[in-house]
Amino acid sequence: MLKIKDLKASIEEKEILRGINLEVKPGEVHAIMGPNGSGKSTLASVLAGREEYEVTGGAVDFMGSDLLELSAEERAREGIFLAFQYPIEIPGVTTTNFMKTALNQIREHRGLEKLDAVAFLKKMKEKMKLVEIDQSLLSRSLNEGFSGGEKKRNEIFQMAMLEPKLAILDETDSGLDIDALRIVANGVNALKSSDNATIVVTHYQRLLDYIVPDFVHVLYNGRIVKSGTKDLALELEEKGYDWIKAEANLETA
Amino acid sequence: MDSKFKNILDQELVAKAEAFSSSLNGSAIDELQSARSEALGYLKTTGFPAKKTEAYKYTNISKDIAQNFDLSLKPKSTELTLKEIKGLFNVGIEANHLVFINGIYNSSLSEINSDDSELVISTFDEIASTNPGKLDALVGKYAKASKDPFTALNTAFTNNGVLVEIPKNRELSLPVITYFIADATEDECISFPRTLYVIGQNAKADFIHFTKSLGEHKTLKNQVDEIILGENAQGSLYKIQDDCETSYAVGETKVYQPNNSRFSAITITLNGAVIRNNLNIDVDGEGCEANMYGLYLTKGKTHVDNQTEVDHIKPNSYSNELYKGIMDENSKGVFNGKIYVRREAQKTNAFQSNNNVLLSDTATVNTKPQLEIWADDVKCSHGCTIGQLDEEAVFYLRSRGIGEDSARAMILRAFAREVLEKIEYEGLKEYVENEITKRLSL
Repeated sequence: MLKIKDLKASIEEKEILRGINLEVKPGEVHAIMGPNGSGKSTLASVLAGREEYEVTGGAVDFMGSDLLELSAEERAREGIFLAFQYPIEIPGVTTTNFMKTALNQIREHRGLEKLDAVAFLKKMKEKMKLVEIDQSLLSRSLNEGFSGGEKKRNEIFQMAMLEPKLAILDETDSGLDIDALRIVANGVNALKSSDNATIVVTHYQRLLDYIVPDFVHVLYNGRIVKSGTKDLALELEEKGYDWIKAEANLETA
Repeated sequence: MDSKFKNILDQELVAKAEAFSSSLNGSAIDELQSARSEALGYLKTTGFPAKKTEAYKYTNISKDIAQNFDLSLKPKSTELTLKEIKGLFNVGIEANHLVFINGIYNSSLSEINSDDSELVISTFDEIASTNPGKLDALVGKYAKASKDPFTALNTAFTNNGVLVEIPKNRELSLPVITYFIADATEDECISFPRTLYVIGQNAKADFIHFTKSLGEHKTLKNQVDEIILGENAQGSLYKIQDDCETSYAVGETKVYQPNNSRFSAITITLNGAVIRNNLNIDVDGEGCEANMYGLYLTKGKTHVDNQTEVDHIKPNSYSNELYKGIMDENSKGVFNGKIYVRREAQKTNAFQSNNNVLLSDTATVNTKPQLEIWADDVKCSHGCTIGQLDEEAVFYLRSRGIGEDSARAMILRAFAREVLEKIEYEGLKEYVENEITKRLSL
């Protein structure tokens, strides 16, 4: 589904991604871990289409299309969803209203008919249950006054509504307590299918107890330096990142 | 440079004054004569505001007038029907309709649908003959000619205005819409409309103003509105300023509030060459509420200047001001909100907020809050913001599949909504929202 080949990206002249190679197939869950500053969030941002980052090399193929040629909204319409690490507040725009617009623009792109008010409301009620989010939160301005947990649950709610092919969760666990974490993870797991895939970007192993990955990759200095199974995540929790850094530095020395 | 324009204007003023007094021979409403000559006197003394005049620092409208208009130009008459006029706006609300053509109130074109137990409309002529002394007691007693040269200018030549009265204890069920139409099809048009609204004790009424210039030539509208509320009365004035790129407007809306009265002014500015709104409210009572809301959404070279002043004369009253601006292309916004709290006005609550979004590198805004507080037991606050569209918010919406233009429009509409929500007439709110959607969809 996703083939990243030798991807290089910079921001403000500083090179962050130094040649990422990654392949994600439908039905798979990949975890991207790594120390701070390794480029994890940059990878998520570049895939989602943030314009502040300049792609300086490599290619990304998403379901047969050249992803790097598409704008952020086109990528979303093709089926990419980014769950933000710091979801922004947008006063005056309610989740309900903007979801309706987004959903209908995506459906239009896919040649589907727009959902009318009744059908939309029905879908909303269904997905709300998944992340235990209250309707009153959805008719308020987007994320305004939401707690950290509510913001993250709202991200997963949106993911449930938009049914992406590839979901990228950018440090979705940051700032969450165990209960919130559990609810978010349950939501993500419920949405998993053999047709879609998930990339979980995380610093800590804890989330991976709930969203069990098929593959774990460690990002360091803008490259994936080690890949393994979920056991790799446990090893990292035990030993930290130093041994990875040492190994990687030896290689490049 | 400055004195050249001043000289031009001063000369034209003299010419106009002479032409005016000779035109009045016989048809004069003598009652207004003292107000007129006093106003003319003030204007001759202070002169038109120059570039150095603090109050007009960012809006050099004197220069615009001197360059584009001849003040002594005689008003012309224009043939139009009310149907044609209503058709210019298409606002779906039931109302009473009043019409000013080229600054002169035209009662034959107007349509009154409310019963005269709720609404009494009179021309200045009619009032002067049926009720001598009434005009003189009201006109120019609130909007003082000494306060602003353009108020003085309008007052110096005021003659054919309209008096709108709501008798005490009555609630006017239909709003009064006044259309100000200027005919610039053959050449420039200068108009000096004058309105006077009196809302009786315990009464309630809403007023709406629409303006349109016809034709390609430039228009100048120098208008003065005086709105006088009785005790416990309620009123609102909606001004929709969506004229052409060749229209200039400068004038004063003065509101007088006694005990327990409530008033809201909502000013929506979408288009024009130069628009200068002087909105002044005297809160001369306890238990009052004064609200000033404004939204200016400008493009091209439009220059909009909103000067507001709320004077808390007595204690225990409340005022709230919220003006929001979205400036695009080369347009310019100016905001100066003055709040005066007199020494006796203890327990005043006065709030002011001005938020601006600049959509282009060449749009500008100058905003200045001005609070002068002499009482010591009050709650007052003010805040101004100037910023750009939050790109992070735009990206967030785009990352959900919403196109960039739609995302920007969504965020700007959300920004404007806080003021639009203050419009109580659905038909009017829809009209304004549609105009805004059209504008933001570019």
